[in-house]
Amino acid sequence: MRIFDPHIHMSSRTTDDYQAMYDAGVRALVEPSFWLGQPRTSPASFFDYFDALLGWEPFRASQYGIAHHCTIALNPKEANDPRCAPVLDALPRYLVKDSVVAVGEIGYDSMTPAEDTAFATQLQLAAAHGLPALVHTPHRDKLAGLHRTIDVVRESGLAPELVLLDHLNETTVKDALDSGCWAGFSIYPDTKMDEVRMITVLRGYGTDRILVNSAADWGKSDPLKTRKVADTMLKAGFDEDDVDKVLWRNPVAFYGQSGRLQLDIAAPGTLHEGNSILRGGE
Amino acid sequence: MLISREELDDRLRGAARAWLDEALAEAAHAAAHPGADSGNPPWELRFASAGRHCGLENADSVRALLLVEARAGLPAVTRLYEQGTAAERRAVLLTLHRLDLGATALPLVEDALRTNDTRLVAAAVGPYGAAHLDAHGWRHAVLKCLFTEVPVEALDRLGERARDDAELARMLSDFAAERTAAGRAVPAGLRTVLDLTAPAPAPTSTEES
Repeated sequence: MRIFDPHIHMSSRTTDDYQAMYDAGVRALVEPSFWLGQPRTSPASFFDYFDALLGWEPFRASQYGIAHHCTIALNPKEANDPRCAPVLDALPRYLVKDSVVAVGEIGYDSMTPAEDTAFATQLQLAAAHGLPALVHTPHRDKLAGLHRTIDVVRESGLAPELVLLDHLNETTVKDALDSGCWAGFSIYPDTKMDEVRMITVLRGYGTDRILVNSAADWGKSDPLKTRKVADTMLKAGFDEDDVDKVLWRNPVAFYGQSGRLQLDIAAPGTLHEGNSILRGGE
Repeated sequence: MLISREELDDRLRGAARAWLDEALAEAAHAAAHPGADSGNPPWELRFASAGRHCGLENADSVRALLLVEARAGLPAVTRLYEQGTAAERRAVLLTLHRLDLGATALPLVEDALRTNDTRLVAAAVGPYGAAHLDAHGWRHAVLKCLFTEVPVEALDRLGERARDDAELARMLSDFAAERTAAGRAVPAGLRTVLDLTAPAPAPTSTEES
């Protein structure tokens, strides 16, 4: 079974997670830039983070046979801090990088005017760079937030097939799919969605344009949720082709629109040797 | 390994070949108009997207050609390194010795040697690092390669720089002792380098025996 996790924050995870993900079948992932839990206070702090997503983290992933890509953006939560707003001006130099496969996460957190500006600006940047957009839908006031999100996407002129609306649930899936956008579901231990509810969504709406991710980060989360959804699908009567479509072909089709996916990473041959993650004697 | 313009021309076809011609023309234009090194000239954007247009396997070589053609100075190589992905940083490191920089770009090599990314460490100990790292920095670079298991063959001018280096020999012996005390294997390349630290044999006369 091959799995592509289209949304996971590996910078917050350990090498044990990489190993467990590989063992579970994960061969590719996308790490969206987002909030680090501790608010940042200057653009330089973002730039070091972006550089890590383009340097160290892909190196770590490659040691475990997993292809690492990222999305780059000023996230909605921190777009509200005027000290961080200059990040928007520096984004073009990051959006030309080889492993950047979308602009994201963008969208709404509290639906403020500053978020409106950052969201619209970054949708334009996506269009200008021929990139898809990964759009976070708000955790609070979700349905109203989704409707406002879809309106802004329509006004942006970015084609809906280039937009992935993420963190959806039973109340938002229909309108998201009706908009023509792709629909992402984050499977969490307690919140957002779980495996069984995901099966119900797949039964109701089919497998077209639907992506499943773990969204694992520094919070309570599980980087193997993608595999658990796959196993639950098989138990529920979906066949292996359905699983491959949702867990591999759909994310490849969505992010592949960037023209930048590189999925032919070498298997880890010298994992326990040749591996500076072990730190040597340092 | 970096390949030449001629070899690239043989490999690349159609759109990739045309892209390379345009990119190198832009770089040559920048070289012919020095002083316009404020902001980011167009060839630097080409530097970022070289892999997508010419194939990732050719990206190092194309980026090296761009740097040489643009006669990139210290501000440009520093900017491209600092704003680069790991792959772009590696290409900068691999090309430094072909640019007219003297020892001024040594801080980039030192930065790479502080990382744990073996792609960068290996590139940092190439011809430019071998030419400009001082004795202390170079010895630590050797140890860094052994720690991170970068093959010691990546160290340019290894034999020449290691010869008769008693301090390096002591550091290697201490490292081997530390590993042995911990019940861990001594890296294979350590013995190779240790052997190279021996003093050069006294010149022997070829006229008499």
